Amino acid sequence: MKKFEPFADGVLPWLTGLAMLAALAMVFLYVPTERVQGVVQRVFYFHLPAAWMTFLGFFIVAGASASFLWQGDRFSDLLAQAAAEVGMVFCSLVLITGSIWARPIWGVWWTWDPRLTMVAVLWTIYAAYVLLRVLAGDNELIARYAAVLGIVGVLDIPILYVAVRLWRGIHPKVERMAPEMAWTLLVCTGAFLCLFAWLLWLRLRSLSLRDEVAALRRQALASS
Amino acid sequence: MMWALLWKDVRLELRTKERVSSLFVLALLIVFVFVFALSPEQAQRPEVGAALLWVALLFAGMLSLQRAFLIEQERGCLFGLLLCPFDPGTLFLAKLVGNVLFLVLVQAVVTPLTLLLLGARFSWSLLALPLVLLLGIVGFSALGTLFAAIAVRTRAREVLLPLMLLPLLVPLLIAAVKVTGALLAGADWSGVWLRVLLAFDVIFVVTGWLIFAQVVRE
Repeated sequence: MKKFEPFADGVLPWLTGLAMLAALAMVFLYVPTERVQGVVQRVFYFHLPAAWMTFLGFFIVAGASASFLWQGDRFSDLLAQAAAEVGMVFCSLVLITGSIWARPIWGVWWTWDPRLTMVAVLWTIYAAYVLLRVLAGDNELIARYAAVLGIVGVLDIPILYVAVRLWRGIHPKVERMAPEMAWTLLVCTGAFLCLFAWLLWLRLRSLSLRDEVAALRRQALASS
Repeated sequence: MMWALLWKDVRLELRTKERVSSLFVLALLIVFVFVFALSPEQAQRPEVGAALLWVALLFAGMLSLQRAFLIEQERGCLFGLLLCPFDPGTLFLAKLVGNVLFLVLVQAVVTPLTLLLLGARFSWSLLALPLVLLLGIVGFSALGTLFAAIAVRTRAREVLLPLMLLPLLVPLLIAAVKVTGALLAGADWSGVWLRVLLAFDVIFVVTGWLIFAQVVRE
């Protein structure tokens, strides 16, 4: 973790800030208004990147969980935990921005469309993961349990996707995008990626600081 | 080895009959609660009846799972079991088959009884219902056994088991209710849902079998 520190503490916050400003400027000033849906379509440039970050979070959780079960190293465990928490934040963002868009376009805040259903279920899987960590306490055993949940959760995604797909469907598909829209989406995705990385880093560091504090406390108790 | 482990659980159950009897009454009660909460007329609709059957199975099954590892948890029995020279995956399969057995036993009575109470009409397509129930129960028990073993060793186990299990069971629930509803209505039912159920079973029985060693390792 040490070798990322100069970059993550020195560069990443600024990079995230600048990218966010650029993304906002592009969303509000640069990109043309969509012809059919109007202004509200602009929320899409935050919605889709947030959805991608949700999936990225899930894959980091699964990868780190597998690596933790394989090697038993503390870093993988902390990474999985941090990625789950940050992923859950982005998953909530997807749901919120989606609702804001759906109200004027579909006339309802929520509908049981496959993708909406899927993100809602993913949110509950994330929530179960985070709650397991919170409710069950923090030790080697729980870390292993969380890793199992992380892996099983990812295995559930494809079959969940098939099931809700067959169940029903009205979500719009993006067919063709104007180049300005594609550029805006790209910049927004970059900004969200930076934000994701930065939040992940902050969480990771605070979790490892918590470890250090616990170790110091044990040391102090042992020596007193 | 697996059969010895399974036989241990079955024999314990035969002596106390605690799990099967409580499971049976609970499943029926859940059906009752739903009929009262809706209304008998509404509950008679095939798709509602199907939903009702599966919700009863899921919730009653969840409570039964809470007890699946309770005996092992007391007085370090699990540790003793793990000292025996066999693969922990075998223990998983034995527990899984045990859970399936109990649930099948209970559903063999609860399902016909529920259909009777809801006044479902007999049709030949209902003969496929046992297959659907079995597939659903296997998938439910696969994930359920895995997470029951996890939950039993944590604080807040009563809350954690449904929290972890229910979201993961969503695909199973959708598929099972869809097929069952079609069967009850005597309508054409597409094999695609059966394939979803089968895929769910295969994925999670294999995953559970492979990963169980990580769960019970000290």
